[in-house]
Amino acid sequence: MLKLVDIEFSANTETGRKDILKGINLEIGDGFTVVTGPNGGGKSSLAKVISGLYKPTAGRIYLNGRDVTDMSITERAEAGISYAFQQPVRFKGLTVKDLITISAGKDISVSEACEYLSSVGLCARDYIDREVNASLSGGELKRIEIATVLARGTDFAVFDEPEAGIDLWSFHSLIKVFERMREKTSGAIMIISHQERILDIADRIVVISDGRVEREGTKAEVLPGLMYDRACPRLDGVNE
Amino acid sequence: MDQLNFDIDFEMKDVAAVGRGLLDSIAGITEVPDGAFNIRADGRSIGRAQTKAVEIVTKKDKPGIDIFIKPGTTGEKVYIPVILTEPGLQDLVYNDFYIGEASTVEIIAGCGIHNDGCGESRHDGIHTFHVEKNAHVKYVERHYGEGGGEGTNVMNPTTVVNLGKNAYMEMETTQIKGVDSTERVTRGVLEDGAQLVVNEKIMTHGVQYATTDFVVEMNGDGSSANVVSRSVAKDNSRQQFTADLRGNARCHGHSECDAIIMDNAVVSSLPQITANSVDAELIHEAAIGKIAGEQLEKLMSLGLTEAEAEAKIIDGFLK
Repeated sequence: MLKLVDIEFSANTETGRKDILKGINLEIGDGFTVVTGPNGGGKSSLAKVISGLYKPTAGRIYLNGRDVTDMSITERAEAGISYAFQQPVRFKGLTVKDLITISAGKDISVSEACEYLSSVGLCARDYIDREVNASLSGGELKRIEIATVLARGTDFAVFDEPEAGIDLWSFHSLIKVFERMREKTSGAIMIISHQERILDIADRIVVISDGRVEREGTKAEVLPGLMYDRACPRLDGVNE
Repeated sequence: MDQLNFDIDFEMKDVAAVGRGLLDSIAGITEVPDGAFNIRADGRSIGRAQTKAVEIVTKKDKPGIDIFIKPGTTGEKVYIPVILTEPGLQDLVYNDFYIGEASTVEIIAGCGIHNDGCGESRHDGIHTFHVEKNAHVKYVERHYGEGGGEGTNVMNPTTVVNLGKNAYMEMETTQIKGVDSTERVTRGVLEDGAQLVVNEKIMTHGVQYATTDFVVEMNGDGSSANVVSRSVAKDNSRQQFTADLRGNARCHGHSECDAIIMDNAVVSSLPQITANSVDAELIHEAAIGKIAGEQLEKLMSLGLTEAEAEAKIIDGFLK
């Protein structure tokens, strides 16, 4: 379980210092938790604070009771946090197999690497030796990014807007990947998303707006209100 | 491969440990090679073997050898590594390759220097390829330097490639490390349908200096050249990449220089394309930049330290 206590985060922007996260208190347990909310509300910053890419200005982060706040990105990865980037990173020279092997943290066979790729809907043999570069489409990169997180096999995985920048067809495939993950994966999975179809497979939903937790609860508790807000955008702009 | 006929007897045990290490680093040689070979050490041949398909002859007018590949040869390998272990040695060699019509051959070259002295150890290798029509050549060249002295390791390879009609040559050249100064010159002349593919990898560190200079004349219709250079410059090292692809007929040329720059290094890239024919299609690309922060962050998020992530990115880039 991941526990966030009074998390604050501020950063320099073009208009000066800005408070992005303003005292987040949250517990994320096993199952699917979808974090949603308006653009600019702090969702992606929260994901980066959890993964160690950003250092919180204040507050503490606990993973299974262990304080990981002062840990580096590497140390948090070793402690059991994995993070799927919103914009998957390209590497000239590193192949898909290389990246999956690094993710697994040990030498793995081609067939093992292919299993991870197959589980995200890629025809593995076609991809295993390809470079993780611009020759891959946005949808392919997204699925490879998810495969790296699966290969990590950690207790806590964060996916930052997996639907961003991909086409409709790839999005449908992505939903199937997450549905399969929901059935087969143990541990806690946190997905930052605006998408109704992803919200629909959530066990819990957290709404973050203006750097604060606005609402949280089970899907049954939160989703109806979100749907009403979408119909009435004056309330919070979740419909973006 | 045909049976080896030894002109100069050779056994690995006759090579000192330092030399064996160099041969392994540059040509993967840990035992008597599985093909024709000429091993040059400290300015002289210490081992040579030929096959029915591959003839190796000592030049009479200057240092070096002529290598003849018979027409129609297939599946042969030829090893011609050079090692220098005597500090301060200046070695100049001319090697000419005559690749017969419709033959297929792989040539493994390269130079390794171990310099424990305080002077300059230097190897200048001038390789000229005469590739007959429909022949297919893969040329692998690795450069590596080492040694505990204050002396410098200098390697200046010149490669001249003449490709006949529909001939194909692939060059894989790698500067592994430890080369203080290098001036790499490549010249190509391509006839109808000929193809030249170059993949160059260079790593410099310390105060090393590397220049690489390509000029390819695509004279024949349907000819093509693809020159790709990837390099990493660390510390205070300097690199310069120059490529001039000249399209003199209906042809296709592409040159690409990608460099990762680190620390206080300096890299310059001067890609040039010259179309002397309206049917020439020429492209050049050049990119120089540091390792992207998100690349490091991604690999660190997979459990690597920053140093491990950096090494992995560089290894992949130069693979």
